[in-house]
Amino acid sequence: MSDWPLLSLVTFLPLLGAAIILVIRGDGEVVIRNARSVALWTSGVTFLLSLFLVAGFDPTQPGFQFVERAQWLPGLGIEYHMGIDGISLWFIPLSALLTVLVVVGSWYSVEHRVKEYMVAFLVMDSLMIGVFCALDMVLFYVFFEAILIPMYLIIGIWGGPRRIYASFKFFLYTLAGSVLFLIAVLAIYLETGTTDLAVLQSAEIPLSMQYWLWIAMFAAFAVKVPMWPFHTWLPDAHVEAPTGGSVLLAGVLLKLGGYGFLRFSVPMLPEASAYFAPFVFALSAIAVVYTSLVALVQQDMKKLIAYSSVAHMGLVTIGCFTPNALGIQGSVVQMLSHGVVSAALFMVVGVVYDRIHSREIARYGGLADRMPIYAVIFLFFSMASVGLPGTSGFVGEVMVIVGVFQVNSWVAAFAATGMILGAAYMLWLYRRVIFGTITRDDLKSIKDLRWNEMVAFAPLVFLTLWLGIYPVFFTRPMEPAVAHLIQQTQTVDTAAVADE
Amino acid sequence: MTPAPLLDLMPALPEFLLLLAGLIFLVVGVLREGDGVRLIGPLSAMSLLIAAAIILASDKTAADTFGGHFRMDAFAAFLKVLIFVGVAGAILVSQNFLEDERIARFEFPLLALFGALGMGMMVSANSFLALYMSLELQSLSVYVLAAGHRDTLRSTEAGLKYFILGSLASGLLLYGISLVYGFTGTVMFDQIGSLLRDENASLSAGALVGLVFIAAGICFKLGVVPFHMWTPDVYEGAPTPIGAYIASAPKLAAMGLLLRVLIDPFGAWVDQWQQIIVFVAIASMLLGAFAAIMQSNFKRLMAYSGIANIGYALVGLAAGTRDGVDGVLVFMAIYMVMTLGTFACILAMRRQGSYVEDINELAGLSRRQPVLAMILTVLMFSLAGIPPTAGFFGKFYVFKAAIDADLTWLAVIGLLSSVVACYYYLRIVKLVWFDQAAEPFDLPLRPAIGAVAGISAILLIVAVLAINPLFASAGIAASAIFH
Repeated sequence: MSDWPLLSLVTFLPLLGAAIILVIRGDGEVVIRNARSVALWTSGVTFLLSLFLVAGFDPTQPGFQFVERAQWLPGLGIEYHMGIDGISLWFIPLSALLTVLVVVGSWYSVEHRVKEYMVAFLVMDSLMIGVFCALDMVLFYVFFEAILIPMYLIIGIWGGPRRIYASFKFFLYTLAGSVLFLIAVLAIYLETGTTDLAVLQSAEIPLSMQYWLWIAMFAAFAVKVPMWPFHTWLPDAHVEAPTGGSVLLAGVLLKLGGYGFLRFSVPMLPEASAYFAPFVFALSAIAVVYTSLVALVQQDMKKLIAYSSVAHMGLVTIGCFTPNALGIQGSVVQMLSHGVVSAALFMVVGVVYDRIHSREIARYGGLADRMPIYAVIFLFFSMASVGLPGTSGFVGEVMVIVGVFQVNSWVAAFAATGMILGAAYMLWLYRRVIFGTITRDDLKSIKDLRWNEMVAFAPLVFLTLWLGIYPVFFTRPMEPAVAHLIQQTQTVDTAAVADE
Repeated sequence: MTPAPLLDLMPALPEFLLLLAGLIFLVVGVLREGDGVRLIGPLSAMSLLIAAAIILASDKTAADTFGGHFRMDAFAAFLKVLIFVGVAGAILVSQNFLEDERIARFEFPLLALFGALGMGMMVSANSFLALYMSLELQSLSVYVLAAGHRDTLRSTEAGLKYFILGSLASGLLLYGISLVYGFTGTVMFDQIGSLLRDENASLSAGALVGLVFIAAGICFKLGVVPFHMWTPDVYEGAPTPIGAYIASAPKLAAMGLLLRVLIDPFGAWVDQWQQIIVFVAIASMLLGAFAAIMQSNFKRLMAYSGIANIGYALVGLAAGTRDGVDGVLVFMAIYMVMTLGTFACILAMRRQGSYVEDINELAGLSRRQPVLAMILTVLMFSLAGIPPTAGFFGKFYVFKAAIDADLTWLAVIGLLSSVVACYYYLRIVKLVWFDQAAEPFDLPLRPAIGAVAGISAILLIVAVLAINPLFASAGIAASAIFH
């Protein structure tokens, strides 16, 4: 198995599936049925293959594994270079799994333009996996930005009433951030003469350049995360996107920001990262408290969860710039946890939206009566979002808060406030939607979860518990890579001290 | 006086071939009244492709002929192949249109052919005399073509406007040439180049003014700000396939001319002309980005898009380095493919026998003609410069050169203006995919139009895997004009 170009296979298999769906011909029903099954099979096989990555990954190695190299732009020294380490490892099965769940979850709810829908999600799958595998800056950038195309189409075609505004805002906002990142990529390439991320992890970039390079990268990743005050595209995009789009947006796309910080800003620009860390802490602390307060007053369920995403991702950015292993591991765990939990919450909202076609909180009430299974699932993920011990949310938040407490206790205090506010808005949301008495007629006849929805929730429940009860399974493979990262930033620190 | 041995003329073989073909087709066209265009169109395209094939097959070491006025080198070869293929593509997509609009006269492909001959000579020009002659041959052909739909007001207006403004630009150019000639005593690029490298300060004042006039004249042909005023009107007014022709190959030829003039004879004065190019690039990128937002006529929109795109290309030239020129060549090659493909899509917009140009007519295209919709989507994302399409690599290359030459701020302006420009490309994608379907366009798609649009979209996608040969040959071409 080890001789196989496993990473390329995992990356491009969904693209192959998309190509197959495109050439399906025939009358409407047949095409739709075939498109669905091809999408399910390719995304399913991709997920299974990604598990081979997990199985074959050597958790004692700090370096990159499953490395593949091929000529791409030899004149420029830019290569097709793929590989994963402990930090990127888990994002690949996460992306692949969420795509499978999107396909399963939209089995009945997406009825128009099914073929294009499946193609768009398979292309997304391919690009998302590719971006986590890419070990060349230009290759990374190509994947990173290409994701905008399918996401733009997903929001615009299958989205809600204000989908056009939301899709344009999403595209242009993120693009504006990424072009500055492109400038940084080019500048680093011209400075160091390489685009190889493995080499650049320990590159020494002159201090004078580091500051503005850091800001250029920050523009891209802060928009992607999104950090306050660059988050305004997110509520719009989430509210208008179809359920599947929201799931991948929250589950994977936001992680690209945090992953970018850990892969680019922190290792390549250690001095600048240390210099700007208080700035990031401040923005993140504001994000945690402010967006939690904003979430409290939302009338729209999806908007509420979107703002809670910003708050949770605030903890991720705090963790990324915490110079100890606990903080960085915590931020990765928090990203994984948020990837599972917020994706699940968007699916939870999607379930009732498909039935009633409204996301207004006041429109609901008393669902516990008619949808007992749904109520349990909703409760479970609300608790996970709040960070109840035993769920994944708890582990990530505690790791980050404890990690940052060693550096800056004020930030830890603000982050902890966010957890309390999180409990407030989630419980209040839950009470308003699930409890109370049913007043509206259409809610009286609402049906509980269908088979495909239960299938879609099951793995997320399982993962949330696994990550919450036995997180070591997930953190062990990332330990060497994180330790390596910390070591680099610290050698830099001591060197800087020695200089003085 | 003994005639020059025939072998000496070999570097100009492709041009001779085109000239001969043009003259023969002229006779054939006159003799075969009526259906001449059906025969001459494909034949002209074929002779252009043969000329391109000859260039590809031939040796690319520099060779001069016509007493040094004409130079064939890797730089000229690279651009000529693109120009000839581009003109052939434009001729192919024009056939159906000319017949539909009942203006199918054999002069159309012939004038395009003579224009291509002029463009071939432009990129080979090695003296100001050759430069001016070839530029005029190309321009005169295009003036007539733009006014080709002579019974409509728009087309006549386009032709006349282009002619008057073009003559003004030619005047500027000629005045600049005369100044340079007056102060240096020669029109040959090589000699001017070595004179300037000798840094004789007394030359500079007059010759510098001459350089500014020359740059202005060529910038007019490129249609960049502040000499862009003619482009939207001419693109809109000229028959659509002529728009495709004007927007693609002549831009490459004019860019080739500008590159050679600025790098070869005036290479020593980088610091002088760099300011001009930087200004023109910024102005073009910004105007192209903002002015197109309000356009609903697809051809006008493409005119502003073209202004912005030439602006991006000039960013590479502003760097003034070999890498920069390399980037410009790559960018222009990709630009030509995108432009031809997009104009082919515009030509596919035909409803009940008449052509439409408003972008709102594209509403819901994805429901009715999914393949055409996908092609147009690829073209738009490529024009917007989003990876993995080729448009991204073009921008990547020119901006890399700019940052390398310490023009990072120029790259920042360029990339941010490309975000603005992205809006109007996205608007077309939005119309195609998000909106309710309007009435369908006429089917089936004409084979030539479908082929040009399809091939260009495929090229733009495949580029992500196979763009390296283009990089490599552009690199060799760029090296040819640096001494």
